[in-house]
Amino acid sequence: MAASIFTAVPRAPPVAVFKLTADFREDGDARKVNLGVGAYRTDEGQPWVLPVVKKVEQMIANNNSLNHEYLPILGLPEFRANASRIALGDDSPAIKENRIGSVQSLGGTGALRIGAEFLRRWYNGNNNTATPVYISAPSWENHNSVFVDAGFKDIRTYHYWDAAKRGLDLQGLLDDMEKAPEFSIFILHACAHNPTGTDPTPDQWKQIAAVMKRRFLFPFFDSAYQGFASGSLDKDAWAVRYFVSEGFELFCAQSFSKNFGLYNERVGNLTVVGKDADNVQRVLSQMEKIVRTTWSNPPSQGARIVATTLSSPQLFAEWYGNVKTMADRVLLMRSELRSRLETLGTPGTWNHITEQIGMFSFTGLNPKQVEYMIKEKHIYLMASGRINMCGLTTKNLDYVAKSIHEAVTKIQ
Amino acid sequence: SSWWSHVEMGPPDPILGVTEAFKRDTNSKKMNLGVGAYRDDNGKPYVLNCVRKAEAVIASKKMDKEYLPIGGLADFARASAELALGENSEAFKSGRFVTVQGISGTGSLRIGANFLQRFFKSSRDVYLPKPSWGNHTPIFRDAGLQLQAYRYYDPKTCSLDFSGAMDDISKIPEKSIILLHACAHNPTGVDPRQEQWKEMAAMVKKRNLLVYFDMAYQGFASGDINRDAWAVRYFIEQGINVILSQSYAKNMGLYGERAGAFTVICSDAEEAKRVESQLKILIRPMYSNPPLNGARIASIILNTPDLRKEWLVEVKSMADRIISMRTQLVSNLKKEGSSHNWQHITDQIGMFCFTGLKPEQVERLIKEFSIYMTKDGRISVAGVTSGNVGYLAHAIHQVTK
Repeated sequence: MAASIFTAVPRAPPVAVFKLTADFREDGDARKVNLGVGAYRTDEGQPWVLPVVKKVEQMIANNNSLNHEYLPILGLPEFRANASRIALGDDSPAIKENRIGSVQSLGGTGALRIGAEFLRRWYNGNNNTATPVYISAPSWENHNSVFVDAGFKDIRTYHYWDAAKRGLDLQGLLDDMEKAPEFSIFILHACAHNPTGTDPTPDQWKQIAAVMKRRFLFPFFDSAYQGFASGSLDKDAWAVRYFVSEGFELFCAQSFSKNFGLYNERVGNLTVVGKDADNVQRVLSQMEKIVRTTWSNPPSQGARIVATTLSSPQLFAEWYGNVKTMADRVLLMRSELRSRLETLGTPGTWNHITEQIGMFSFTGLNPKQVEYMIKEKHIYLMASGRINMCGLTTKNLDYVAKSIHEAVTKIQ
Repeated sequence: SSWWSHVEMGPPDPILGVTEAFKRDTNSKKMNLGVGAYRDDNGKPYVLNCVRKAEAVIASKKMDKEYLPIGGLADFARASAELALGENSEAFKSGRFVTVQGISGTGSLRIGANFLQRFFKSSRDVYLPKPSWGNHTPIFRDAGLQLQAYRYYDPKTCSLDFSGAMDDISKIPEKSIILLHACAHNPTGVDPRQEQWKEMAAMVKKRNLLVYFDMAYQGFASGDINRDAWAVRYFIEQGINVILSQSYAKNMGLYGERAGAFTVICSDAEEAKRVESQLKILIRPMYSNPPLNGARIASIILNTPDLRKEWLVEVKSMADRIISMRTQLVSNLKKEGSSHNWQHITDQIGMFCFTGLKPEQVERLIKEFSIYMTKDGRISVAGVTSGNVGYLAHAIHQVTK
């Protein structure tokens, strides 16, 4: 056999979060708990297909007039319009002024990638790969890869998490924005920051927006948890809408993986807000070209489910109820975990567990303590100390709390 | 002022433009021969029965919606590899391949293109047949590769320019990338015969080229999945470790569900693992993991004996209808009294047909007869029905006599 051209291809390290789940699956210990990958679980520790999704899927299955034809390149029109409306609000001035655009994408990741590819080609000049891209420290680890693979050469971090005080390093963040070259791109988490669960307050967002406006920085929002974070769609979209009201042109990558529980259907949307309709049209026409060489046109099943749900007042209300169910369970787990740790007298302060928001919590556990949790207690969490609150149940809360207590007291 | 003031309007998609114009036309006899999707004899989209059955199975199982692995649904990937390579394939049985689920044909092509850009250091050049599917060029270009061409279609004969192709391929620099359409060449419908494939395989081996097969019509071309995959399998048997992109858009009618697969034939299973790990690194920042619905439908069909049998019958019936429309078009043209040689219409295979019509003739077909096709004279035979084939023949005769 001829020598292979791929002889030199090195084995890449596995993506950490999936390796964690793989290890969890292989673990035979009955006490095991998976606090790794970011997907919602019920109190029985099971995945949850939203009741409204089941209902709508049945409607779709029963509708014999539907087929599997290609969607348009930019996606299902009813999905796009509704998805952007959810992010920007029914009364959004940008929608009224017809200066928004939408690109149905393969999940939040796909939306980020289309946005990144567009920015690399058309933002701050033509094909300017040198435009700095700022990602929060820490952030979802895939943010970095998205922008690198889109061609950006200068990826930087901005201060975000203050480990000492276990909260937002606002001053560090604002300083970074002051020092950033004009026109730099900033990836902002719209709500429920991943992995820290720590969001700026409205007042802090106002300060951030003021600096960004003054320094001509581009806001690229990542909105993966709208509704899921607080239980309120409006509250979770406050930052995005505030920026729009301040006159920014911006991108918002939306994911419906968590708030619709449609993880494997890859339902996402890139919302574009521009100065006027003409600019938005041209932007969309170029995004269409990018989509065409990436996936041609997006998958139809998930978009149909979301579009059907959002465009029916009754189904929308049902969905809202389902979202609140998930958000409320997470909030309950937060308060239950915190109270147990405080009752156990676990060294340190634990109010951050309830002050943080969304699926994730940055516990503050260090890598050695994390290793202890995994190896000795069979509790799987990320090396960063990030836990998925959804992995907690009324049945495992005690065990997890005790284990954290052990890890913190035994390991430094 | 806007960040986007300097952003140019993207050029309109030529094929979309055809469909838009068709939609606006009020002529009751209008025909859309631009569409790249199968239509039944009533001109309607066709949802396969085996697809409906698979969907019923899925509905009854009440499965969750958890993320797929980055490489997609394992059963689907494995069944795709077996479908392409054949169950008796040494490469398949030995496990010296990796197959990942991709976003239909385009997504699978793009994964491959990105992989080549990152790991195929011998060359940046991809050789496409002249002509090729319009989207091939921008896909490879956006992946960071360069495009070259080899002669393929002979407009004088409306068939394969075999000597031209062999001549060009013989001159391709060693270790370049060559893209081949496995069957049902898009847009011409012109495929090499098996003896010609054998010569091409010997030549690419001699030139030490990396072969990238695009197989978007397995089963849909001849009606026989093994026959349509013959070239892919032959090349592999000759020791050519190809890379391959597959689509289930047409052969299972799963267009909008985006079911596809990308395969790399490797030296051994260990190499396949390394390649797989790198494919995941490429996929994760594109869309994280693929959509389940289409892949699950395809997987159930391929892996359930009864449904697989049913699928083979259905895909054959789609192919047969296309072949029958080709035959009827030619016989109708003869009936109209056309003195031209229209044999290429039945010699060509698959969804598309390069009629040989010139732009001016195409223009007349659109304006005078409301028959819509792309300027290059390509028609989608899928848009022809027993109800309108007579009208089509009549119109073509009018503009060519």
